[in-house]
Amino acid sequence: MTSNGTRSGTRTALVLIAKRLGSALLTLLLVSMVVFTISSLLPGDAAQETLGQSATPEQVAALRHQLGLDQPAHLRYLNWLGGMLGGNPGQSMVANMPVSEVIADRLPNSLVLAGLTALVAVPLALFIGIFSAMHRGTKLDRGLNIATLSMVAVPEFLVATIAVLIFAVELRLLPSITLVSEEASWGEFLRSYAMPVMTLAFVVVAQMARMTRGAVIAQLNQPYVEMAMLKGLRPGRIVLTHVLPNAIGPIVNAMALSLSYLLGGAIIVETIFNYPGLASLMVNAVTSRDMPLLQACAMIFCAAYLLLVLIADVVAILANPRLRSQ
Amino acid sequence: MAGDLPFTRRALLGGAIGAGLAATASGLLVPEAALGQQRPKRGGSIRVATLSSSTADTLDPAKGALSTDYVRHYMFYSGLTQYDRQAVPRPALAESIESRDQTLWRVKLRKGVVFHDGGPLTSADIVWSLLRHKLPGTASKVKTIAEQIAEVKAAGPHEVLIRLTGPNADLPAILAQSHFLILRKGTRDFRTANGTGPYKCAQFKPGVRTVAVRNENYWKPGRPWLDRIELIGIPDEVSRVNALLSGDVQLIMAVNPRSSRRIMGSSAHNLLETKSGLYTDLIMRQDALPTGNPHFVLAMKYLLDRELIKRALFRNYAVIANDQPIPPGHRYYRADLPQRPHDLDRARYHLQKAGLTGVRLPVFASPAAEGSVDMASVLQEYGSRIGLKLAVNRVPADGYWSTHWMKHPLTFGNTNPRPTADLIFSLFYKSDAAWNESGWKNPRFDRLLLEARGESDEARRKQLYGEMQGLVHQHCGVGIPVFISSLDGFDRRLKGLSPIPIGGFMGYAFAEHVWWDG
Repeated sequence: MTSNGTRSGTRTALVLIAKRLGSALLTLLLVSMVVFTISSLLPGDAAQETLGQSATPEQVAALRHQLGLDQPAHLRYLNWLGGMLGGNPGQSMVANMPVSEVIADRLPNSLVLAGLTALVAVPLALFIGIFSAMHRGTKLDRGLNIATLSMVAVPEFLVATIAVLIFAVELRLLPSITLVSEEASWGEFLRSYAMPVMTLAFVVVAQMARMTRGAVIAQLNQPYVEMAMLKGLRPGRIVLTHVLPNAIGPIVNAMALSLSYLLGGAIIVETIFNYPGLASLMVNAVTSRDMPLLQACAMIFCAAYLLLVLIADVVAILANPRLRSQ
Repeated sequence: MAGDLPFTRRALLGGAIGAGLAATASGLLVPEAALGQQRPKRGGSIRVATLSSSTADTLDPAKGALSTDYVRHYMFYSGLTQYDRQAVPRPALAESIESRDQTLWRVKLRKGVVFHDGGPLTSADIVWSLLRHKLPGTASKVKTIAEQIAEVKAAGPHEVLIRLTGPNADLPAILAQSHFLILRKGTRDFRTANGTGPYKCAQFKPGVRTVAVRNENYWKPGRPWLDRIELIGIPDEVSRVNALLSGDVQLIMAVNPRSSRRIMGSSAHNLLETKSGLYTDLIMRQDALPTGNPHFVLAMKYLLDRELIKRALFRNYAVIANDQPIPPGHRYYRADLPQRPHDLDRARYHLQKAGLTGVRLPVFASPAAEGSVDMASVLQEYGSRIGLKLAVNRVPADGYWSTHWMKHPLTFGNTNPRPTADLIFSLFYKSDAAWNESGWKNPRFDRLLLEARGESDEARRKQLYGEMQGLVHQHCGVGIPVFISSLDGFDRRLKGLSPIPIGGFMGYAFAEHVWWDG
């Protein structure tokens, strides 16, 4: 690892980041157009949904005018885009307050849930993956394989519901719903997050562990591992110092994909534990046809996804001398 | 039902109102004492879960769209009148509300009532609160009802005159709805609530929670009993029941009849059944074919197996209905109208008379109209026995009301209880009503409706509403199989709950009535 290599690696990474940021902006623009178009194909608009079953034509017209929904679609989109470029995601049509305020309430919740889950899931997945790769072909490996495969296969609503029935309703150990509150003590905080984090971890651990196992095994079959073994290194050392740096690229990629799921894909967990996160906010926005809010959520999910993939690529480049010098 | 009351309606709404509060309070407390319940205690904090909570949550009573909103508004605001346990309006912020001709109403306000910010309640607040419903910018849910109000003006600091466009004896009942709760004049900001209600707003986060704390200056001495209520929404029914059973919440709304066993099986919990006027109806458009054929309508009405729907869909938490919208127990219910039976022979006969045997028809059902998908399946099954092929189109709840409801010849509707017979009939059955679901037109019905609205004689009114029920039962293109009870689940330590037939949670106004015995 020469200093020259590191410098060119940093440069490669910087160029990549710059390119990616450019294409990310383009992607966000395209996504916003697609979301806008598709959501305007949905039956009804915010005025009709707000007034609901009891809407009369005059009321709908009045509210449409108030919300600016009587303007043509392309003008509404351009207005929104202009606001967005100026850093203002607009006014929520339903909540009657700025979208940024609505999001500011929910985003931290989603980040806390995703962060806690990552904190639990990533080390666990790495451990399971590496451990079963080192013992590949043994009964232990097969047992872990079956366990992770069935974890992937079991839908999370089932895991969550059974967990609630056992831990909340029967044993009364944990609360059945997650209440976010500022005045909660550290213990209450942990108790209320235990089940949602467990459920989410259940899903992502399995995927990450299997990808880790695959990547490590691919490296274990390489000649340099055989060489290291012939040199008499202990298996643990081989894996940690020789194999892992080479396998890190695919592993980080798999993790980025799994973790990006934790923001938008947590909708089922948010529903069952009544957790006020971003995913349920977005579903609300769709059902109430609250376009500015929907767009803002879509942008956040899309940006988070792009960011995670970018981080994974940068890590892969920095960890791999061959990619670094390219 | 009027006969059970301590006063006749007229006397109550007329001069006897001065003692209104005392009458209301004792009316509420005596039956409890008779049941051997202990006196209410002060203190305690509960968490309550309704069935929905979203960014559309509001503190503006005019915009209240869902039960969660109504519950929230009744915690923070008071109305001129409020419903008692028979859903009869009693004076609240009004000391009396009276009229000779049912058109010009004189409201005397209770004195010494203060808003949460300390400001006094005056007639200016009433004038502003009532008139804002007529402005299009308010986007009020009750704008069409408020159109009846021609003028509201102050006749002194504690006296208001309300002039209607025509006589309506139901004004006191209309004003008890959550939408007409009273705000401080000029309120624009609805991030917090400034009302005269039993609780003050400590926190309001749309889609997350509402925290209410006791209003020490509430105008009913001693009330409310609880220190604090946290109101949240748990849309998922299973999660809601789980939250109750695990002790995370103490009161939940909208329990599915299928979950009733789980709650009854717990020794610490109980169910409150509120028999109300909620119904899901089969709509047969009269302006389309073949549903406009009177024989077809009768065939479908005979096809409804009301017993089965009551038993299988609602686990007996429902009351058999008779194809008209006034539920048994309502003071204007017509009991002598013969119950229409489930009769396949007569259904077959009417289908043949209509010349529609063997016809294939789509019927649109959706989870948006509670129970309609199962009702459609039941109809489909019986239809196949009389030579009617119904194709059940199950459509999503999202957008159902704007895209499907009343837009096809055969759809389902779902109607929430309304406080008066006049409102039910004017909103859903009058020929020119926007939600005249079946599009039927009956001039005699329209005439009776207007006559009953201005009629102050109870017996005559009951007779008029009775005839209207008969007309709807016989000729209208809606089939109403059952009235659906609403079920609330509660922790047994929560006392003071009893049904008010407006809706669950004591007509959404439980907050000032309950206390905690823990």
